Amino acid sequence: MAFVETAPVLLPLSVWQRLKKRKLALFGMTLIFLTLFGAICAPYLTPYGPNDQMFDGLTLQGAPMAPGAQFALGTDLLGRDLLTRILYGARTSLIIGLVANGVALIIGTFVGVTAGYFGGFWGSVLMRFTDLMMAFPALLLAICLAAIFQPSLWIVALVIATVNWVQTARVLYAETASLSEREFIAAERTLGASNIRILFRHILPHLTPTIIVWGTLGISTTVLLEATLSFLGVGVQPPTPSWGNIIFENQTYFQAAPWLVFFPGVAIVTLALAFNLVGDALRDVLDPTQRGRG
Amino acid sequence: MSMRAKTNSVTSVVTDEHPTVLSVRQLDISVRTEAGILPLVQSLNFDLKRGETLAIAGESGSGKSLTSLAIMGLLPPPAVHVAGGQIIFDDFDLTKLPESKMQRLRGDRIAMIFQEPMTALNPVMRIGDQLTEAIRAHEPMSGRAARIRALEALKAVRLTEPERRLKQFPHELSGGMRQRVVIAMAIALRPDVMIADEPTTALDVTVQREVLDLLRILTTEMGMALILITHDMGVVAEMADRVLIMQKGQLVEEADVRTLFAAPQMPYTRKLLSSVPRMGKGRQSTVDTSMQPLISVRDLQVTYDLRGGILDRVQARVHAVEKINFDIFSGETFAVVGESGCGKSTVARALTGLVPHKGIIKFEGQPILRDRASQLANTRVMQMVFQDPMAALNGRMTVGDLVREPLVIHNIGTPQSRTDRAAELFERVGLGAEVLDRYPHEFSGGQRQRICIARALALNPKLIIADESVSALDVSVQATVLELLQELKAELNMSYLFISHDMAVVENFADRVAVMYLGQIVETGSSAQVFGNPQHQYTRRLIAAAPFPDPDRVFLPREDSEDDLRSPIMAKGQTPKRLKYCSIDEGHLVAI
Repeated sequence: MAFVETAPVLLPLSVWQRLKKRKLALFGMTLIFLTLFGAICAPYLTPYGPNDQMFDGLTLQGAPMAPGAQFALGTDLLGRDLLTRILYGARTSLIIGLVANGVALIIGTFVGVTAGYFGGFWGSVLMRFTDLMMAFPALLLAICLAAIFQPSLWIVALVIATVNWVQTARVLYAETASLSEREFIAAERTLGASNIRILFRHILPHLTPTIIVWGTLGISTTVLLEATLSFLGVGVQPPTPSWGNIIFENQTYFQAAPWLVFFPGVAIVTLALAFNLVGDALRDVLDPTQRGRG
Repeated sequence: MSMRAKTNSVTSVVTDEHPTVLSVRQLDISVRTEAGILPLVQSLNFDLKRGETLAIAGESGSGKSLTSLAIMGLLPPPAVHVAGGQIIFDDFDLTKLPESKMQRLRGDRIAMIFQEPMTALNPVMRIGDQLTEAIRAHEPMSGRAARIRALEALKAVRLTEPERRLKQFPHELSGGMRQRVVIAMAIALRPDVMIADEPTTALDVTVQREVLDLLRILTTEMGMALILITHDMGVVAEMADRVLIMQKGQLVEEADVRTLFAAPQMPYTRKLLSSVPRMGKGRQSTVDTSMQPLISVRDLQVTYDLRGGILDRVQARVHAVEKINFDIFSGETFAVVGESGCGKSTVARALTGLVPHKGIIKFEGQPILRDRASQLANTRVMQMVFQDPMAALNGRMTVGDLVREPLVIHNIGTPQSRTDRAAELFERVGLGAEVLDRYPHEFSGGQRQRICIARALALNPKLIIADESVSALDVSVQATVLELLQELKAELNMSYLFISHDMAVVENFADRVAVMYLGQIVETGSSAQVFGNPQHQYTRRLIAAAPFPDPDRVFLPREDSEDDLRSPIMAKGQTPKRLKYCSIDEGHLVAI
C-alpha cells in the first residue's frame, strides 16, 4: 500500500525566542519593566519625598498646582508632588497586584482543580463553599477581615486574595471537570499514571491559558479593590501612597484638578494592559498548536 | 420497499431525455492562509441530471464536502471561497448569486442533509415546529396548511406514528428516527436537488440500511436528483447511478457505477477499491484454544446507577455489560462486534480498570485484584488503543514524550534508554525517529494512530485492546494500520481484543468473534463459524445490513426490525434475563 502521508515541518523554538518575535509582547514587557524600574529607583528619580507637603506645591489660594515645569504631573491637595507619589505608589500597587493576585490564583487553582478532578462528596463541598463565597458581598468580607487584623500592606494583600480566588476556582472547576472526561486522560490511566502525575503533567498544562488570562485580568481588579479598601479606611494606611488611594483621595476634586485622577488612572490601565499583552502572548507561545502562526 | 429501486433507474433515468438540473464548470475553491492562497478544489466539472443519484466519493481532504458546501453557498467565510468557475442551476450561476437570493433557493430548491442528525436539529424545538418553520420560511401558507405538509413529509419518510412525532423533541427519538426527520425537512419543499453529506456515517449499520433504503425510494418517487457525498465505497455501490472519485481536490475518475466497480481506469480508484474490506465466509483461525487462555473473563458485569428525585435515590440502572464470559488466547485476535450502546466499549474500559466492574478477570490464570499495585502490574500486560488518536494524545506534549510516558510512569530505564526505546518503537510502527520532537497536531490521522500503537507497545504488553481503533481512519489508511497490527501479532505473538462495529473489518481481521447486543453476547465462535454460518437473528441482521462494494448485489427483503428503542436501562431491582446458550459446533455458541 503506497499511500504517502505527509505532515508539515515546523522547527521547535524556545519560548523566549518566540516571545521575542511578538511586538506587542515586547511592548508589554517594556512597560512592566519601566514600572518596576520606577518603583525600585523612585528615590533617585525624584527630588521630593512621597509625603513631603511643599509650600510652593500649592497656589496662593491653596489649590493644587497643575502640571508644569516644577511639578511634572502637578501636585495634590496637600501640596505633594504627584509624580513622586505615583512612583512610590507603584511599589504598593505592584505588591498588591502580584502578591494578592498570585495568592488568589493559587487558592483558586487548588480548589477548582481538586473539586473538578476528584469530584464526589468533597468536590461538592468545595464548590458549594465557593458558591457561598461568590454570593457573599466581597467588600463586606474584606472590611471584616481587614478590621480584625492590623492593617498592613501584606495583610491587605491576603485579604484581597481571600475574596478574589472565587471566580478563578469556578472557571477552573468547569474546565477541569470536562478535561478529566477527555480521552487522553483515560489513555494516561490505562498507562498506569497516578493522579498526581495526571494532574501536574496533563491537566495543569491544559489549564495554563485560562490561568494566565485570569491572572492578568485579576491584576487590575486587585489594584482597584485595594483602592476601594483604602478609600474605606481599611486598606493601605495613609500617608503611604498607592495608585488606588491617590485616586480616591482626590476624586471629589475631579473637576477642579482632573490630573489628580487622570494620571494614576492611566498608570493602572497601562499596567493592566501591559500584563494582558504579555499574558496573551505567553498563552499563544505556550500552545504547541499555535506554532508558526502570527 | 426493500426491493432495489435502483435497478430500473439505472436503465431508464440516465438518458439524454432527462434534463440537466445542475452543472458545475471549472470550479475552483481556495483557502487564504498565512502561507498564501492554497487551492482546495481544482477545475471540477460535472453535470447532474433529474432523477439521478450521483456519488462523490473520496477520502478526507479530497474536497468532496467543500464541493457540496459550494453548491449550497455555505463555504465558511471569509477564508474559504470559490476562486473561479461556475455552478449553473436553473439559469443562475450560484457562485455569483447574492446571499438573499441564495437563501430563497436553499432548502426550497436545493436541500441538504448533514452527517449528525442530533446537531442538525434544534434540541429545544418540537419536531413539528421545526418542520413548519422550515416550510413557511419558503412558502407563504397558514400554520395549519404547513402542519399538514409536515405530516405528509413525516409519512413520506415512513416514520411510525407521525402525528405523535410532531409533538416530540429530538432527544425522544432514536438516531435513525432523527435522520428520518432531517430527511423529512429536506423533502418537505420538494427540492430539485438534494445533497446528502455522509448521511449514514454516524449511524449504526442496521439504521444505515434503513436510511439508505429510504433515500433510494424517495429519489425515485419524487424524481429528485441526489448528490451523495461519502467515503464508503459500499454505500456508493448500493446507491449511485454515477460516481465521481476525487483525490486532493481533483477529479480522478468519473464513470457509471457498474463500469467503475467492474473496470476502474485510474490507479487511485483501483487502490481505493482494493482497500475496502469485503465480506466473505470468514477466515479460518489457526490459534490453539486448548491451552490456558491469556485472559479469561467470567461474569463480567458493569452497571451504572441513574439517580433522581429529591433524595437522589437510585431509580434505574443501566446494565451496560451483563455477566458475560469470554477467553482470549495467546496470539489471538478476539473481536467484539455490535452497535452503539451494546456495551462493547464498556468491556474494554472494565478490563483496563477505567470503570468499576463485578466479576472475575484472570490473566494467565491469576485473578487481577483491584488494589493499585495489581492495577499497575495489569497496565504492563494490557494496553489500549483508542478510537480517535487526536483525542487520546495530549496535544501539549511532543510525541516523543508521549511514547516515553509509560516508561517514565513505570520507572523503566534511564532517560537515554527511554529515548532509544521510543526511537526504536517509532521505526517499528513506520515513522522515523527524527519526528520525536514534533507535536501530535503535526501528523495525519493514520500517523497519529501509529503513535498511539507505539505508546501501547512501549511496555511490551501481551494484549492490546483496540477500541474502534481504525474506525475513524480513511479506508486506505485503515488497511495499512490493520496491516501493521497483523505484523506485530506475527512478530511479538501479540493478542488483540478488537472492538468494532464494522463487520467487514472484523471478518477479515479476527480469529474469533463475539456479537454483543444489549450488554450480552448473543453469538460467539470462530470468524468462519459466525460469518459463514450465522445462527442468531441479530447476527444475521448485522451481516445483511453491512454495505457491500458490489453494485450487482441483490438485496433480500428486509426482515422487520425490532423496536428501535430497546435499551439496557432497567428499573431498580429488575435484572435482564440472562441468556442461555446452545452449542452449534465446537466453540460456536448461540443464545437461545
